[in-house]
Amino acid sequence: MPVNEEARVGFYICHCGHNIANMVDVTAVAEYAAKLPNVVLSRDYKYMCSDPGQEMIAKDVEVFKLNRIVVASCSPLLHENTFRTATSKAGINQFYFQMVNIRENASWVHEDKEMATLKAKDLVRAAISRVVFHKALEKKKVPVNPDVLIVGGGISGISAALTIANAGKKVYLVEKEPTIGGYMAKFDKTFPTLDCAACILTPKMSAVLKHPGITLLSYSEVSAVDGYVGNYHVKVTRKPRYIIEEKCVGCFACIDACIFKEAKFSDEFNEGLSKRKPVYIPFPQATPQVVLIDDKTCIHFKTGKCPQTCAKACDRNAFDFDQKPVVQELEVGTILLCTGFQPFDAARAPYYGYGRYSNVYTSLEVERLVNASGPTGGHVVLRDKSKPKSIGIIHCVGSRDEKTNKWCSRVCCMYSLKLAHLLKEHTDAEIYNFYIDMRTPGKGYEEFYDKLLNEGVHFIRGRVAEVSDWAINDHEKGKLVIRVEDTLIGMVRRIPVDMVVLAVGIEPGKDAQDIRRMFNISCSNEGFFLERHPKLAPVETFTDGIYIAGACQGPRDIPDSVAQAGAAAAQALALIDSGFVELEPNTAFITEELCCGCQVCINMCPYHAITFDDGKGKSHINEALCKGCGTCVAACGSGAITQNLFEDQQILSEIYGLLVE
Amino acid sequence: MPLTEQTKQDWSPRIVAFFCNWCTYTASDLAGVSRLRYAPSTRVIRVMCSGRIDPEFVIEAFTQGADGVLIGGCHPGDCHYSEGNYKCLRRYHLLQRVIAQMGIDQRRLRLEWISASEGKRLQEVVNEMTETLRQLGPSTIREVVQTVIK
Repeated sequence: MPVNEEARVGFYICHCGHNIANMVDVTAVAEYAAKLPNVVLSRDYKYMCSDPGQEMIAKDVEVFKLNRIVVASCSPLLHENTFRTATSKAGINQFYFQMVNIRENASWVHEDKEMATLKAKDLVRAAISRVVFHKALEKKKVPVNPDVLIVGGGISGISAALTIANAGKKVYLVEKEPTIGGYMAKFDKTFPTLDCAACILTPKMSAVLKHPGITLLSYSEVSAVDGYVGNYHVKVTRKPRYIIEEKCVGCFACIDACIFKEAKFSDEFNEGLSKRKPVYIPFPQATPQVVLIDDKTCIHFKTGKCPQTCAKACDRNAFDFDQKPVVQELEVGTILLCTGFQPFDAARAPYYGYGRYSNVYTSLEVERLVNASGPTGGHVVLRDKSKPKSIGIIHCVGSRDEKTNKWCSRVCCMYSLKLAHLLKEHTDAEIYNFYIDMRTPGKGYEEFYDKLLNEGVHFIRGRVAEVSDWAINDHEKGKLVIRVEDTLIGMVRRIPVDMVVLAVGIEPGKDAQDIRRMFNISCSNEGFFLERHPKLAPVETFTDGIYIAGACQGPRDIPDSVAQAGAAAAQALALIDSGFVELEPNTAFITEELCCGCQVCINMCPYHAITFDDGKGKSHINEALCKGCGTCVAACGSGAITQNLFEDQQILSEIYGLLVE
Repeated sequence: MPLTEQTKQDWSPRIVAFFCNWCTYTASDLAGVSRLRYAPSTRVIRVMCSGRIDPEFVIEAFTQGADGVLIGGCHPGDCHYSEGNYKCLRRYHLLQRVIAQMGIDQRRLRLEWISASEGKRLQEVVNEMTETLRQLGPSTIREVVQTVIK
């Protein structure tokens, strides 16, 4: 192994309180490191990331003329930047630094102090052996495009869009449905204040539409994303509405004129509880107020033999039956993903009879039933139009269950209480809530639960075993019987009711995986988008410039979604207002003298960053296009390609350092 | 696979683990944060992408005395750089043939796709591989190479 005589390494090992020191003998590692080649100074310290820890590095650099820094502490994904900044403040190039992960990779995962210490010594030796070959590099500054893309027009996306646009930035809001509003638009009231969802949401929806800084792309989906932080190129596919958006004024004359005199097709917005026509608007306050044609049910698209009464009724000539999907290209600097969730499919819990018994409803269906603008005008009636006299609400459907989803969906207890209150108000029926645990953590939430207890709603603690129509006495005949072990009185009970409401949980959206791939972010085990740090960076992702907010990151209610949207907006604005981003200089370059012109590297690059210069007979890497994966470096037979920060010599010294004492 | 008492007490192999920054390295951070205990056998070298892993690195690790080499990358289709993991897979198959010819048991080299959320999987893989290597015993290739050089 060649050595660099001029390298003067300062080594620091962090106790991290007890986090590292309990499992790794930090003093022993510090003493060991002091004897390694090139090490001028070796210290251990309680908290290296603290101000005194960082200042210690600066002082030592001055006194001991250090020119390389190695810190053994936590993961570089957490604090590499902290120590690079400290290194740079101490007056040496920030890339003359190497971090050793002895917390996540050692002290937290091992039980044998001797072995953990041995491992820490190996890792430290590797880092010291590597750092001497580090080179001084500069981060490249690139300007940040101030425009922002927000994907998803639910309450999170709407809030973030308004915040960012109010700061004077341009926002593109992409929504896959024909209208923005998301699930909140379907709700009647919101817990715990019982204010009307539409009254607080629709003004925000129209504010989005009217805001000069927001371009709303409804009924559209992102189809491709390219680029990097500060400079993303995005392709948005606008699905055909068969209506020219700019011409439609939302008079709905076409809907009345449709050849179908009666609405015949399941209305998605009302959860299938009502019917709509092929030309329709999801709900009266839909934003934008533009109708659309469902080409799967429209006679024109199915047979081509429709007199097009709808188009004839339109006095603005807004119909265009030849519309095709249109791809719109956007240039943005930051992206906010607010893509939301999907409700648990109640049919996956067949023991509760959803789909088998007509009077078993999901909570979303009941939201529509109690809603004044819903399919029944706010009258809670069963399928046979009769009024229920007793209602059972089953909590945790699809949540906290080994068979389905293990997590708590966080909102179901509260919305079940809300529905209990509203159902009581609408029907005066006997209401039974079946719960495992009541989870009401939030401002005014426990008080709301208290209020319900005083309203005469029954609460039965126990997971419901089954819903059936099997009556064992006259009293149960014609009813749905809920069988449950009441764990407070310690016996199995049978509660006959007219209506069952399933409080379905929150799941990752069905396209979450596709979105994750497209935007190059990760998902947690459950399938929700993974944040950069669960506590310190809850709205950031591992991909710079891409932020997440709302239920796409995990189950959360409206106040939390709005708070997160604000946080994500602030992160995006901070990046935009800083004006530029610094890119990690881990790009690759070709040393022309060594390049043999074989062009093997060219096919390796997924970004087409490598081109071949026919005149010179050499390959060339375009630094602006290179993303720094290093795949071409590993493929180069003549060793002509170097990846900054991950040079062959650096990695080989690391391997050597790991293994050779 | 939980670590047996036997493995804890006996000789511990040294595994050089090349983990990609985006998936497997993050998974190993997650294993740490979740306090999942596993054998103290791995020594992680972080690279941006599993596609960066030059076959030379693997051979070098073996000749310098590694008892095993573990490569961790993103699942197919999930690579942060689109397809670096596929390039890694091709090299892995080639390497398996090369190391066999060098007299290195093929079980000493393992490639695993471990996503950022699979801390548990990381624990299982490390423990399984440690157990396998413990049964195979220390690698002798370093001594062989040293002798040849002399």
